[in-house]
Amino acid sequence: MFGKLTWAAIPIDQPIPLVAGAVVLVVILAVIMWVVVKGHLPYLWQEWITSVDHKRIGVMYTLLAMVMLLRGFSDAILMRAQQSVAFQSQGFLPPEHYNQIFSAHGTIMIFFVGMPFVIGLMNLVVPLQLGVRDVAFPTLNSVGFWLTATGALLVNISLVVGEFARTGWLPYPPLSELTYSPGVGVDYYLWSLQISGVGTLVAGINLVTTVLKIRTKGMNYMRMPMFCWTTLASNLLIVAAFPILTATLAMLLLDRYLGFHFFTNEAGGNVMMFMNLIWAWGHPEVYILVLPAFGIFSEVVSTFSGKPLFGYRSMVLATMAICIISFMVWLHHFFTMGAGPTVNAVFGIASMIIAVPTGVKIYNWLFTMFAGRIRFTTPMMWSTGFMVTFAIGGLTGVLLAVPPADFLLHNSLFLVAHFHNVIIGGVLFGAFAGYTYWFPKAFGFRLDERLGMAAFWLWLSGFYLAFVPLYAVGFLGMTRRMQHYDIEVWRPWLMVASIGAMLILIAIICQVLQLAVSIRNREALRDTTGDPWDGRSLEWATSSPPPAFNFAFLPDVTGEDAYWAIKRHATLEASEKPRDYQPIEMPRNSPTGFVCAFFATVMGFALIWHIWWMVVAGFIGAFSTFVVFAWRDYDEYEIPAEEVARIDRANLAARRELVTAAGGS
Amino acid sequence: MTLTAVAREDPHHLGVLVDVAHEGPAPKRIVTGFGFWIFLLSDIVMFSCFFAAYAVLLGRTAGGPSGAELFNLHSVALETACLLLSSFVCGMASIAADERNHFWFQIAMAVTCVLGLAFLAIEFHEFADLVARGAGPTRSAFLSAFFTLVGCHGLHVSAGILWLLTMMAQVFAKGFRADIERRFLCFALFWHALDIIWVAVFSVVYLIGSAA
Repeated sequence: MFGKLTWAAIPIDQPIPLVAGAVVLVVILAVIMWVVVKGHLPYLWQEWITSVDHKRIGVMYTLLAMVMLLRGFSDAILMRAQQSVAFQSQGFLPPEHYNQIFSAHGTIMIFFVGMPFVIGLMNLVVPLQLGVRDVAFPTLNSVGFWLTATGALLVNISLVVGEFARTGWLPYPPLSELTYSPGVGVDYYLWSLQISGVGTLVAGINLVTTVLKIRTKGMNYMRMPMFCWTTLASNLLIVAAFPILTATLAMLLLDRYLGFHFFTNEAGGNVMMFMNLIWAWGHPEVYILVLPAFGIFSEVVSTFSGKPLFGYRSMVLATMAICIISFMVWLHHFFTMGAGPTVNAVFGIASMIIAVPTGVKIYNWLFTMFAGRIRFTTPMMWSTGFMVTFAIGGLTGVLLAVPPADFLLHNSLFLVAHFHNVIIGGVLFGAFAGYTYWFPKAFGFRLDERLGMAAFWLWLSGFYLAFVPLYAVGFLGMTRRMQHYDIEVWRPWLMVASIGAMLILIAIICQVLQLAVSIRNREALRDTTGDPWDGRSLEWATSSPPPAFNFAFLPDVTGEDAYWAIKRHATLEASEKPRDYQPIEMPRNSPTGFVCAFFATVMGFALIWHIWWMVVAGFIGAFSTFVVFAWRDYDEYEIPAEEVARIDRANLAARRELVTAAGGS
Repeated sequence: MTLTAVAREDPHHLGVLVDVAHEGPAPKRIVTGFGFWIFLLSDIVMFSCFFAAYAVLLGRTAGGPSGAELFNLHSVALETACLLLSSFVCGMASIAADERNHFWFQIAMAVTCVLGLAFLAIEFHEFADLVARGAGPTRSAFLSAFFTLVGCHGLHVSAGILWLLTMMAQVFAKGFRADIERRFLCFALFWHALDIIWVAVFSVVYLIGSAA
């Protein structure tokens, strides 16, 4: 009846996951209780859960990322703590648990923190920057978000029901094959990624189509803000790379479920094929994450330097060059495979070449700042911190791209330090910069600057303290994923790294506090004009938060930095031309995404535990959801012209007030 | 008070590059079709992985039978005929939809469906026969790759038939509404794309496989 699922699946003998799971469960139940008791449920259902508004979906993606960051970070703290005590001892985490923790940490941080964070920001901002009212496929967008949430949920369920994979964030066979990993851990990994992978693919298709087909009048490619360009590049990579992940994981699933022989030791399977396939997705994946961050930095640096982005054309070229070259370097993840000196040399050189467009970008940001009137707000601080940190991470990356050096450093903590250097220093700092920069756009008030600064400095110093020692200890020969060790010289370095992790913990507490304090002081931090930073692109041309339709009139773009030009003209002409308001059609909300994700969760869980009748039920449910959706007769609703006029006039009045206050400059 | 930075219409002198006038958001039909093309391309990327795996594992028969001993080109020819013909009839359904002709639309879709089912029946028979002869997907890495690649195409055809029946019911119940027409456009693209993939399967798996 319940397949492999029995009471033995609940890890009663292991206090750490059980207590952690209980705490999470209590928190979730408390939140649900609070929502129900306070009567917020209808609001939540109508305005958020069923919303197909790109801004709302963007916010939900970002929220998911931040919640999962807490989960991923608690794994990190556990690992650092274990390694600082596990010198010639077993520490407090038994090996099978420690292995689950590092696997879950990597999986969560990449798929359920990095991805939803950047996809959320792209969803929130790109249609606004393009000057349009919506994305290409609003309902599909909601489906994509909820499928990502399904994946995250399944990973968290594994904490208390069964176990998670012990095979690392990429489940290399033959270890991940049924012979060596007979439990459900790898299946949890595979199904959560398959389901959330569908969500990511949907998001990618949606955003590619949006950027290529839905731009306001006059928004030519070469007038798009840089963030739109990096969004395009990143989502092209999603569309081209995620199917590879799906296919690869499908092969592993077939091996595990139906006894196929893709990657097994027996019957002719080829283990190295897995490494090639997974990294053919995996390397583009790092650029999927970091390109949007590059876009965010471009926006932030240009805004807070009060200058147009330096070298726009070279920036576009660099972005697209990275987009293509990222598919030609995957083998540098396994130089030690033994492909021979020629192949290794080719991939080593390709890996060094990809540093060139990245270098171009760094110089462009520096020259944008040069002779600018720089305002060091928190988003700008994250950007500056990024430039220094990412340059160091890039340098160690180029070092690793030299095959002979890689033979020494492969799978050492040097590598671990390198990729944290680029992912934290690049992706995460970018996500935080974007979060602070666009928060007022999404909610209508700014985040507290003081706590933001504190979080930044703690993150920055914590990062260096936590990862520079790992470079050193990597040179001293320490390999990654060690549950305990006997080498005395490693220990002081690992202790310092733990102190760094503690600093990051305080930084994260500051960020949580920042959110709470800002919500409490929201009236003082209110952004009434919709343009709190003196921005340059079109998202600042509408109110904060923007109305459901974004713009009462689609802006007509005549040049780069579209909003900057509009502002200039508005102040010069101070035009008060009467506007002819028209009713606006917007897509209706739909529970399709949520219901579909519910059935996907049921199906994923049933597949993990081999409960076949439930798989069938889940599939029928999901298919019926789509048929019901396809059958609906009204997919749009109309916002009357008076309503549009009311919202737009209020915003115009606030802006005029600002211009008058500034003396019409 | 003066502005701190110079704002120009064209700060990077991109005049030449931005000369093309952009007319604003594309109509829905274009957007839907374009998005679906992107999906099809991603689907083809997925198939290319299975093709790559097949190419890598072609010789890994683990002492078991190879393609030359297993493939029956006659039944494959019949399969190909069914699928290509169904694509032609699907094209007819598109014309009927353009003409708003319910009768011929339903007839053409029904024929497409029957041909698709015939394709699936032959494929299923082929698979069952192979398994019965001890050449199932668990026999060797080569056969794993073969069953996965061809089976993945077969799954796509099955999904297509499910979609086809839904489309028939929708047109019957709702008529040729704009959103249903867009959906049908996507279905037609999907059905034709399956042909393109089948041509590759036929050439790479069966033709080359029988020769080897």
